[in-house]
Amino acid sequence: MTKPLLTINDMSITFTSPDEADIEAVRQVDLTLTPGKTLALVGESGCGKSVTARAVLRLLDKNAKIPTGEILFDTGSGAVDIAKLKSDSLAMRALRGAEISMIFQEPMSSLSPVHTIGDQVDEIIILHDRLNKKQARERTVSLLDQVGVPGARDRANAYPFELSGGLRQRAMIAMALACTPKLLIADEPTTALDVTTQAQILDLLRQLQDDFGMAMLFITHDLGVVAEIADDIAVMYLGDVVEQGDVFDVFRAPKHPYTQALMNSVPRLMRKAERQRLTPIKGTVPSPKDRPVGCAFTSRCPHAFAPCPTVRPERTQIGADHVARCHLLTHVREEAMA
Amino acid sequence: MTTLLTVENLSKVFHLGGSLFREGRELVALNDINLTVEKGETLAIVGESGCGKTTLGRCIIKAQPVSSGHVFYHRDEGGHVDLTTLGKREIEPYRRDIRMIFQDPMSSLNPNMRVFDIVAEPLRVHRLLRGKELEARVYDTLGKVGISPDAAGRYPHAFSGGQRQRIGIARALVLNPKLVIADEAVSALDVSIQAQVLNLLDDLKEEFGLTYIFISHDLGVVNYIADRVVVMYLGHVVENAPTDLLFERPRHPYTEMLLEALPIADPSRRKGRNKELKGEIPYLGNRPKGCPFHTRCKYAQDICRAEKPALRPINGTAQLAACHFAETLDLKGAYEAPIKAIA
Repeated sequence: MTKPLLTINDMSITFTSPDEADIEAVRQVDLTLTPGKTLALVGESGCGKSVTARAVLRLLDKNAKIPTGEILFDTGSGAVDIAKLKSDSLAMRALRGAEISMIFQEPMSSLSPVHTIGDQVDEIIILHDRLNKKQARERTVSLLDQVGVPGARDRANAYPFELSGGLRQRAMIAMALACTPKLLIADEPTTALDVTTQAQILDLLRQLQDDFGMAMLFITHDLGVVAEIADDIAVMYLGDVVEQGDVFDVFRAPKHPYTQALMNSVPRLMRKAERQRLTPIKGTVPSPKDRPVGCAFTSRCPHAFAPCPTVRPERTQIGADHVARCHLLTHVREEAMA
Repeated sequence: MTTLLTVENLSKVFHLGGSLFREGRELVALNDINLTVEKGETLAIVGESGCGKTTLGRCIIKAQPVSSGHVFYHRDEGGHVDLTTLGKREIEPYRRDIRMIFQDPMSSLNPNMRVFDIVAEPLRVHRLLRGKELEARVYDTLGKVGISPDAAGRYPHAFSGGQRQRIGIARALVLNPKLVIADEAVSALDVSIQAQVLNLLDDLKEEFGLTYIFISHDLGVVNYIADRVVVMYLGHVVENAPTDLLFERPRHPYTEMLLEALPIADPSRRKGRNKELKGEIPYLGNRPKGCPFHTRCKYAQDICRAEKPALRPINGTAQLAACHFAETLDLKGAYEAPIKAIA
């Protein structure tokens, strides 16, 4: 197995507020990213998936802290603990955009409306690789070409509003890849796009990963997209990674009740005659303030029993590459042993 | 089955720019739309952004004036009226029968109104009920959509996205409508909440004998909820077919492309790279001549660039498509294994 590029160990993120108790948005998350592989982080809104990704780039708000855990990034000459770096330190700024870069969901609001896309890509190259303007533009044009922007040389002089949603997202991807990062974080990169454009962007990301060999952290709420692009999957619920593993294993046999429920909530393509009624998860996601001390899913879980509300389930190994946090898994085993 | 609504040769043209001295451009958002909605069915309208699906929904209830064409509403007591010709006053009773649910539950509820008043407003506007009766009806409707009457005094901000969408549904249902136009009603919701709302819509349809026009871009949801699907592209209806026929064997290359692009939540059915997906929707202002889809169609021939194909029944079935080669093309469906009986 290849050496991991990024290892997140036991990381928690809390948000402080002057007049309320601290909120633990992410608790004790472990994730591993390897070069050339895609890890999909899945969950519903507010589960902490975007915060987790932003923590890796240290793009968190001022009131966010990482009280425990480490984010180890392999720079090639030893590992750096990103959790220990100051977010505006030189070391962090050297990583951000160059070694680790990010694609955002809304290409319209994450590109500058008053600069041409060429200038915006140039900026990163000039900043990190210290090329002059002309050389930078050459590279920008070849990047835009690579991500499938037709007529790249002319389009480099276009402002974001002159481009379609798909082209804007391609420009964002070109910007993210400008310094050939080792890790690409994609935060819902296709959510705002139409299905046919989405399919094209997913194709593009796959192809770029083959070409550049970068690791990818792909954040989405769409299980269809996960099935299409991911090698590994981590399912988050209210700040907990409840299940993670190889994408084939998890889709074939989800072990955590939340993963199972999530998969049953997605309508499958079926003939009318075979159609089954959806089984939605009852209730709604509680606010992070009201999260049970034990398993976060307790309040909505159909199988909840004695230890669930109070004791947090341990990470339980299910297969070679498949873990979940659920008392059912250990409970059954104990019964079998007794 | 009886027909509830007939849309005939409906067109909508927007005029852009222009001034006293300069002629503006014309943007044809809807081009000669024909369709019928049967009583009790769920008709889905699908297509990518800018295809005109929302405009069509809005034109049906005259939230937007149409440029030409007719929308006939068939009354229970017999006969039909052309909604497009009615004035502001005259259309009111039909606005009671045809209600809308909107996409964004954040922006479609007035933040300054309590939930009770939001749901009661249609009753007050149409002067249908007052006092105790009105109260009873509002609480009853809220109960039906799963909002506790205790919460009626609160403001929309106190509710989650899914609950807000339920409030929007209650507002639509409080007048006992016959037809509900749901414009991307579940698109903004998380999957687990989306499933709850889809089931709710299903139950309410049963209970109130509703007919739905379900506007969506999500083919997975459409497959689940719709009896019939209308596929739109650049302001045209390109295919109109019962759900099973359409997903089993689409007759228009654009439908095939949409199905091909749809990600399936099963890694073993991963589609992998697809070189044939190409291009983007052209800007409405410079719509191609001939078949609107020919610029992206892999089956396009000379005739497609010259002549616009008519929407017609394919081989005498209930499946309508607007493609010159609809009868002969063997397009790929989205169901796993084809059933012999249907194919």
